[in-house]
Amino acid sequence: MPGAHLIRDLRAIVGAAYVLVDKEDVVVYEQDASIFQVMPELVVLPANVEEVAAVVKLAKRFNVPIVPRGSGTGLAGGAVPAEGGIILSLARFNRILKIDLENCLAIVEPGVINLDVTRAIAKDGFFYAPDPSSQAACSIGGNVANNSGGPHTLAYGVTTNHVVGLEVVLDDGAIVWLGGEVPDSPGYDLCGVFVGSEGTMGIVTKVAVKLMRARESVRTLLAVFDQMDAATQTVVDITAAGIIPAALEIMDRTTIEAVERGAPVGLPRDAEAVLIVEVEGLAEQTARSMEVAREICARNGAREAKVAKDEAERQLLWKARKGAFGAMGALAPNYYVQDGVVPRSKLPAMMRRVSEISKQFDLRIANVFHAGDGNLHPNILFDMRAPGELERVIEAGAATLRACIELGGSITGEHGVGLEKKAYIGLLFNEADLEAMTRVRHVFDPDGRFNPAKLFPTPASCGEVRLQPAPIPAGLWI
Amino acid sequence: MDYIDHIQISSEHSKIDELNIPELYQCVHCGLCLNQCPTYRALRLEPESPRGRIHLVKAAAEGRIELTERFKEHLYLCLLCRACETACPSGVQYGRIAETAREQLGPPGSPFARALLNFVFTRLLPFPRRLALLFGLLRFYQRSGAQRILRPLLPAKLREMDSMLPAVPAKFFHADAEVLPAIGARRARVGMLNGCVMPLLFGDVNAATVRVLRRNGCEMVLPKDQICCGALNIHNGESVAAKKMARHNIDVFLQANVDAIIVNAAGCGAVMKEYGYLLRDDPEYRDKAERFSALVKDAGEFLAALGLVGGLQPIEMTVTYQDPCHLAHGQKVRAQPRSLLQAIPGLKLVEMPGSDSCCGSAGIYNLTHSGMSQHLLKEKMQSVAATHAEAIVAPNPGCMLQLRYGAQRYGPHVKIFHLMDLLDRAGGGSDPGVK
Repeated sequence: MPGAHLIRDLRAIVGAAYVLVDKEDVVVYEQDASIFQVMPELVVLPANVEEVAAVVKLAKRFNVPIVPRGSGTGLAGGAVPAEGGIILSLARFNRILKIDLENCLAIVEPGVINLDVTRAIAKDGFFYAPDPSSQAACSIGGNVANNSGGPHTLAYGVTTNHVVGLEVVLDDGAIVWLGGEVPDSPGYDLCGVFVGSEGTMGIVTKVAVKLMRARESVRTLLAVFDQMDAATQTVVDITAAGIIPAALEIMDRTTIEAVERGAPVGLPRDAEAVLIVEVEGLAEQTARSMEVAREICARNGAREAKVAKDEAERQLLWKARKGAFGAMGALAPNYYVQDGVVPRSKLPAMMRRVSEISKQFDLRIANVFHAGDGNLHPNILFDMRAPGELERVIEAGAATLRACIELGGSITGEHGVGLEKKAYIGLLFNEADLEAMTRVRHVFDPDGRFNPAKLFPTPASCGEVRLQPAPIPAGLWI
Repeated sequence: MDYIDHIQISSEHSKIDELNIPELYQCVHCGLCLNQCPTYRALRLEPESPRGRIHLVKAAAEGRIELTERFKEHLYLCLLCRACETACPSGVQYGRIAETAREQLGPPGSPFARALLNFVFTRLLPFPRRLALLFGLLRFYQRSGAQRILRPLLPAKLREMDSMLPAVPAKFFHADAEVLPAIGARRARVGMLNGCVMPLLFGDVNAATVRVLRRNGCEMVLPKDQICCGALNIHNGESVAAKKMARHNIDVFLQANVDAIIVNAAGCGAVMKEYGYLLRDDPEYRDKAERFSALVKDAGEFLAALGLVGGLQPIEMTVTYQDPCHLAHGQKVRAQPRSLLQAIPGLKLVEMPGSDSCCGSAGIYNLTHSGMSQHLLKEKMQSVAATHAEAIVAPNPGCMLQLRYGAQRYGPHVKIFHLMDLLDRAGGGSDPGVK
């Protein structure tokens, strides 16, 4: 149990209702959307930046770790308190502070839900571009920590391309702005350094984001394939034809089954793959692009390539795509999602490798991915309660990541490294690369107390990382 | 129905292993439910979210945490609105998880409140005559002037509860006969659940429902032996009497040989559609319960599918629609009531944001958790105000009482209607066949 003094002082800062210590409260925070669990010691929910600064100072005085948490929708264990300490939830930071449409800018608190930003400005013809599939639940702060992308990353880039400034609380409790309200601040791009730092450098308390104008026309097509190879080849061909779609998404047969069982939208259950192609721009241009895309689909043997006839039909396609991860529960009690990246041209080869891995390890793998970016999400389906299954899952996961690297790709596109992939980051970077990153981190976090045991291949953590529901031998994940 | 009187009050002892239900393992804790949960939105604490509560039940089922008072508070702060089920991509049936947990925990509140609730659930609700007597006394208390004299003398908490007591109308619902013929050509033979408080507080809505259905070609069967559906019991951790009530109603309505069983209270309809699940371990009743559940239809759902016949008189009015949680989330009925409203000439429907978000009524929640309930009601009334509607249509008695109270306490001063009220009025209003 954490010290009584620490708890007393935290209560003095944020009020007793917002310091959780009872097991029937904190157990809920032992996990995010990943498969990792560590029982937290205490959870604190400050209401404003002054309270955050006071909590951070207190943590320094008591020398305890701080793990920031947004909505807890992360897929890599980033919000799991691997070494105990304080979980600092930013759930109460949920106000949109400023909307400046003339300058296409908004300032929001980190606990604001991603989709709520777009909801606030949609009536004026604007949107916030990064759209992770969990956008109805994930927070802007979590997006900043993980440099999150989404289906429309293909056209608009990831979170770092849309964040121009951050207010952060540093290790000593200082409150500073990095970047500003205008793009291209002079000096070091410290805002850029913070985005994607996974909570290892400080606590973000305000985020200045760019807003974008909605395009005149959006058209979305669903193509149905009897072969995965044909679907991935279509993606390669569409981009080669000079069309840059806003999104190119593939779901395989197993994913379609999950969606249709969980929250049905009427996808063809007998198809091997469906491809979503979305184009945006001027009406004439999108009409022409859709024609070209349909021709390419037909040439690759698509059984059907249908353009959504209205906004409702379009939203239904995206509902299916964005609910796909959550729908895995309809097929199996657990899923372990990978986030590998390969060069787009290697997609057909990579999908064949995934299918081989599925057979080799005798595990069902559901594929749903951002095909346009070559960003794969193989979901390994399993039951944690079945003896020996977890070990096979871990090996199969490692095999997919190794395959990504062999094909010239990377181990994570957008979910972050967190606890999950820190053992693999060494496959991607050499010691000197990692040393340079570690030095930057130490500038901001000299005591190593901000979200420790994440991101870097550190030695065994002292907290027990538990994979739900059965405990595993310590060190397995390190 | 004397047998119901001999029910043992459910034991205080909780069996944790019975919490280990398959529904738990369908949740992959993705978090998409969080922002749809009214209590999470209000408090921003994850133990007060659907994912959090599922995790708590799972942790208890695994023996990692005890079923403490704190655990119980988390499970009972939930409104059981089931908005999370609408948001869930995996189709997790949260309601079943929460109801199973509550069954193990027993009713909420202090030992006195629990005893009182147990009395209500087992000795009062299953007995329509006792209920009528109680509401008769309540009516006397309100109309004799006793309420006016006594209210200022009550302690603050009771005074607040007293002010929330709905006015008991002069007439209770009573049908002349068990079978009322269709008006015009007969298109269906349907039964109707009278409900427990519906005939006492909303007798006019029951009468309107009967008239609307008869005008649309339904021969109505109103079995005299029917009793309360048991929804309040099930939502508050009482299952023994609830199952007896379910079996009783199943026998009564299956004997009536009807094409559908019409319910004009969303909470009752949702529970009756799940009798099959409630009685899944009862070999004698399992199949009958499934058959019964398949016949249950919300009044609006049934009428929209049947199709309206005959013309409707115009009603010049702007209304907004509140989706009862157990209709929108519990029964997935959203479009049908709206389409029926739009069929009324002159009536203008203005949607409010968050129309499917709970108003805070939630059965007896407004009494057991009045703070959260009033917070949600205040927010709801602000959404209503933004629509500039003159009335709210909410086809469920709990919502109607809550919204009526909201209009009076927080404004705007709108009228509250059941969907059947307006359809009845547009169809020609009262008819001497039904008192």
